[in-house]
Amino acid sequence: MNPSMASYLPILYFAIMAAIIPVAGLAAMSLLRPSKPTPTKLAPYECGVASPTEAFDHRFSVRYYLIAVLFVVFDVETIFLFPWAVMYHRLKLFGLVEMLVFLAILVVGYVYAWRRGALSWA
Amino acid sequence: MPFPAGDTLLILPELFLTAAASFVLLWATFVSRPRERGLAFFSIGALAATGLLLFVSARMAGTLPRSAFGGMFAMDRFGLYFKGILLLVGIVTILFSLRFISVSPYPGGEYYGLILFSTVGMLFMASGTHLASIVVALELMALSQYVLAGYFKRETKSLEASAKYFVLGAFSSGVLIYGISLVYGAAGTLSLAGIATAFTTAKPPAFLVIGIIFVGCGMFFKIASAPFHVWAPDVYEGAPTPISAFFAVGPKLAAYAIFARIFFVGFGPRAGDWSAIIAASAALTMVVGNVGALMQTNVKRLLGYSSIGHAGYALLGLLAYGDASGIGLWSILVYLLAYAFMNLGAFGLVILLESKGYAGESVDDFNGLAAKNPWLAAAMLVFLLSLAGIPPTAGFVGKYFLFSAAMKAGWFWLSLLAVLMSAVSLFYYFRIARAMYLVEGEGTLHWREEPAVSAAIALCAAGTLAMGILPGPFVQFARTCLLPFGP
Repeated sequence: MNPSMASYLPILYFAIMAAIIPVAGLAAMSLLRPSKPTPTKLAPYECGVASPTEAFDHRFSVRYYLIAVLFVVFDVETIFLFPWAVMYHRLKLFGLVEMLVFLAILVVGYVYAWRRGALSWA
Repeated sequence: MPFPAGDTLLILPELFLTAAASFVLLWATFVSRPRERGLAFFSIGALAATGLLLFVSARMAGTLPRSAFGGMFAMDRFGLYFKGILLLVGIVTILFSLRFISVSPYPGGEYYGLILFSTVGMLFMASGTHLASIVVALELMALSQYVLAGYFKRETKSLEASAKYFVLGAFSSGVLIYGISLVYGAAGTLSLAGIATAFTTAKPPAFLVIGIIFVGCGMFFKIASAPFHVWAPDVYEGAPTPISAFFAVGPKLAAYAIFARIFFVGFGPRAGDWSAIIAASAALTMVVGNVGALMQTNVKRLLGYSSIGHAGYALLGLLAYGDASGIGLWSILVYLLAYAFMNLGAFGLVILLESKGYAGESVDDFNGLAAKNPWLAAAMLVFLLSLAGIPPTAGFVGKYFLFSAAMKAGWFWLSLLAVLMSAVSLFYYFRIARAMYLVEGEGTLHWREEPAVSAAIALCAAGTLAMGILPGPFVQFARTCLLPFGP
């Protein structure tokens, strides 16, 4: 194999593991659990919304999206904070400054959302 | 890996504008509606200060071009040329918006903040030399603009414009990024210089052509050239008019900057693969834009179609890549400057006339303007002459060099088609001129004198005439702002 392709092997391994874990989990559960279905149990579930098939003809608060977007912002922040914390001993002051700049930008968005009342659930 | 401090100096103007945009956004939450003008003037000041910083940091950078952040960003005269125009476009847009926003029921703070953020994205696009930084900058520009298109959120047309722009924009970004992934697969790097080197030293795999086509399609969408132009008239019609003016000029210029940089620098060695695609799109765009404009009665839609036609003319410059004098590129640079002046000016007139709701958007609303306000009518006439490409205006100079660039490159039929389509465009531009000068007005239209808009229009008219009468210095300047072709 071409050496540049070999560097992608961990990704392939990751993809295979990502496929195996849910399939194995579902298979194991279907073997172990008792099966007593009711209509409510069988209905598809989506967090927050009644059910995805009904969501189209119901009204629901647009704030749901606002909260979802804010959640994504802080989710992404965490994703960046973890690798930064792990590598902090090598990034040193440069890394600290970079992360502070990144957080300052996020704080601008946070303060803006706060001031505009996105956090008060009226 | 820390970057040298000098790298930060090179992006100082962009950093400053980002900080200013964040400040405007926060300030907007503390300020009452009647005091929002302060935000607008602060934003204008920030754009002007960014221009000054560009000058200072270019001086301090020493010999250009200078590359920064591992080849992500370059400070060169090509980028600076675009940045100067883009900052001017931002200032003119805000001047156009002052009254428009203050009489609308919508708050102005976020509006000015988004214009600034969008401008930051465009500035980074003008300097991007790495496909990753180009895509990030493009998205920063586009996301701010999707919101701006739908800023008048209780008007159906504005919402429709925003939704169309967002869905099609997201789709085209997907196409662009997919193309970039194929190019990465072929070249093994995303840096434009690296891509060029990879393609000269080794024979690239066949799928590279597909990657180049996909990247080209993404670009065609962003500059609104056929067959990816459908969104433009709808978005220009529905968006708040100052934003339509901004869309017709700013993003198009920034998209041309990355278009030229990606295709000249990155795909330069593979020019044989892409010239036919660009020629086909140029021909189609010129026909669709100009013939489509014939049937329009709404001036914003008409200018939308006309801007499609203009995107087609500018593509001719890309076809003259091979000419050693660099005429292909500098003719685009000259043309885009002319395009910025004349298009902003024409939209400015619509903004002045647009008093309430959608009144002032129809061609008939220009009836008898010459009798009511001869100065405004004269300014509009200058813009129309320039858009049609008649001397002594900037539009003529721009088209002259573009068409001769295409001739030099051997695209005779395309130059012929371009001249023919310019003749077609006379018809619809002169419908507006005829309404202003030859038709009696009903006197129903009362606009309020707005010094900021008038000043911006005067600036655009002065630019259009100056470029038309004395093209020499502009052309000389553009000729110093070229890119290296190929590796």
